[in-house]
Amino acid sequence: MSPELLTAYVVTIVLLATTGLFYLLVTTNLIRALVALELMTKAVTLGLVLVGKLTNNPGFTQALTITVIVIEVVILVVAVGLVLLCHKHTGTVDARNLRNIRG
Amino acid sequence: MLAILVLVPIAVIFLQNLPFRSPPRAYYTMAVLILAFAEILAAITLPDLVARLPPAALQILHFALTADQLTRVLLASIGIVLGTAVLVGQRSFSSDRQHRRFANLLLISLTGMNATVLSSDFFTLYVFLEVVSVSSFILVALDRGLFAVEGAFRYLILSALASTFMLSAVALLALACGGTSFEVVRSGFNSTQATLARLGVIVFAVGMFIKGGVVPFHAWLPGAYASAPAAVSILLAGIVTKVSGVYTLARITYSIYVPDEALATVLLALGTASMVLGAILALSQADLKRMLAYSSISQIGYVVVALGCASELGVVAAAFHIFNHAVFKALLFVGTAAVESKAGTTELHRLAGIGSKMPVTCATTTIGMLSAAGFPPFAGFFSKLLIVLALWKSGHTTYGVIAILASILTLSYLLSMQRQMLFGKPNAETATLSEADASHLVPAIFLAFLAVFVGVLFPLLLHSPLSFLLLNRKLPW
Amino acid sequence: MPDVLSKHPIDVIVLGSLVVAALWAVLSPRLLRAVIALALASICVTALLFRLEAPLVGVFELSVCAGLISAVFISSISLSQLETEETIAKARRERIRRYWFLPLLLLFVGIAVGHMSPPTFTRVPAGGLEVRSVLWTERHLDLLGQVVILLAGAFGVVVFFKETKKHEP
Repeated sequence: MSPELLTAYVVTIVLLATTGLFYLLVTTNLIRALVALELMTKAVTLGLVLVGKLTNNPGFTQALTITVIVIEVVILVVAVGLVLLCHKHTGTVDARNLRNIRG
Repeated sequence: MLAILVLVPIAVIFLQNLPFRSPPRAYYTMAVLILAFAEILAAITLPDLVARLPPAALQILHFALTADQLTRVLLASIGIVLGTAVLVGQRSFSSDRQHRRFANLLLISLTGMNATVLSSDFFTLYVFLEVVSVSSFILVALDRGLFAVEGAFRYLILSALASTFMLSAVALLALACGGTSFEVVRSGFNSTQATLARLGVIVFAVGMFIKGGVVPFHAWLPGAYASAPAAVSILLAGIVTKVSGVYTLARITYSIYVPDEALATVLLALGTASMVLGAILALSQADLKRMLAYSSISQIGYVVVALGCASELGVVAAAFHIFNHAVFKALLFVGTAAVESKAGTTELHRLAGIGSKMPVTCATTTIGMLSAAGFPPFAGFFSKLLIVLALWKSGHTTYGVIAILASILTLSYLLSMQRQMLFGKPNAETATLSEADASHLVPAIFLAFLAVFVGVLFPLLLHSPLSFLLLNRKLPW
Repeated sequence: MPDVLSKHPIDVIVLGSLVVAALWAVLSPRLLRAVIALALASICVTALLFRLEAPLVGVFELSVCAGLISAVFISSISLSQLETEETIAKARRERIRRYWFLPLLLLFVGIAVGHMSPPTFTRVPAGGLEVRSVLWTERHLDLLGQVVILLAGAFGVVVFFKETKKHEP
């Protein structure tokens, strides 16, 4: 893999991760926090597969990545369940209306 | 044979949920209790367990599991806290359905924790830590109330953030060492990519700090502990946070490599901040559960500081403190559960004078507090002594002094809670209370006994079957 | 930068659209559009995974992230959001105020990372197994972990969504 392409990939992964992290820390909408989490997961997915290709061991990291995707789906489903329960109680998904503001 | 510890709980879950008419509550409690006892037994007899090979038919179940002394300490702690949590949960859930889900989720959590302490690979560690975390999120929100859901959601977000850090670290380690198992990473530190490997371990450690509630990543902890149902708080405070956080740090220090300057400084700094900040914040709490949550943050700080010593004595001290913390924190939360079940509240100013009405609970909670504050001859004194000794010997004398001062702070907030709650005069609300029932008293008495027993017999510990609690190492005197 | 574009045009275009989709998901005032942007980002990631010779992972990413997760998000939005016109307009103004420095931050980070030199890394001697064999032979403990976490997820759905009947047993 040529160095410029590698740089392009790494820059994109870092940008994705930064966007997700920044958004997670700033937003107050619970569902948008989950969107930010998903963006960071995509960055990590790409990173893992890229590492596998670089170290000439693709099957290994791809196996890891598949497991990660499965785990992330379960976490997201549980998170959405919590958000919907929250909505059932307060009628909103805005964290500013919750008693314990996100810190 | 170690695979049994991971596979049996799963089998029990499937067996439990098969029959069409659900068995009564006591059955679920008995199943988990039997598993908890088996776990403690396994911890004590582990070398024989490992030596015996499974019959040829089960060879396909060969997982990459390893166990050493550190694993045995954790296994014993897991068994003790799990048994306690299920005993308290027997009576404290309002409906059979909730209790059934609680018992099943406990078993999933047990599977995850067992596999975590037995795993020998960074990625497997991540996978089963996620199992433990997911079961914890659901357990915290078990009663579906708004307060519990908030606590669970904040826990989830910060835990998922930690997972992202851990996965980036796995990618870095795979890049630097070509694999993620412990041996591969260990050999990676001796090669030319040592800096990259070290960076990977530090990023992984940051993920561990978030999951373990180390300052400054502790924001989720008080909310989750305070809003969870009583039995779940016991589980969380007693073992889950420890397995998720400090166990991996201990594993890295014990098996992978001795922390270099950078990692050791980070451990010492964050550990000291946790010790002090946790104790200071605990002083100002008005709710019993929140105070105990901040106390947990402080005690975890002790463990992290001990690991930062980067010495053998430090790891021994840390492991012993993990065990003791499991015992006395579970004991304190059982007392909280007893108080909550009888008085209906955990706010300190409304609980005045409960001690005279609930004498056994008062006595066991006092023992728990004295062990937490590091009073001789209770077990907590010896583990804190070991930690201060480790700091002294490795040259970090200022940190040792800070640890002792933090101990005094611990004593002060625990004393204030004691004075207000246990030994004051009963007010109008508490005058009509009676003693808690057996499901709270039995585990409390057992845990108090354990705290006293391990403390009093500490000098003999190294020559008993319980020597694994000190990682089988000779002590420096 | 122009040489990258001429040598690997497809990759750079997909990478660029990935960043654009991610930014759109973050900055969009309407939640539904944000989720659709997330699905688009998933499709870009799938394309990149195929370019990186990881077809199995690409299929997982497409079906799970671009499909299942988007469905979950959209159903949760329809169950919970009631966005009126005025909330959207207000949100649009607020977003510009709050997030104006995000593109600048990203530009800065991108240029900084782009100028860093890549670290040295090991190359495992060729002969690593293919994905499916790796999963089945080396990583079967992880497979067990996946089974357990799916079980936990099933319990979660039951705990959160199952309505209590009127008469308790």
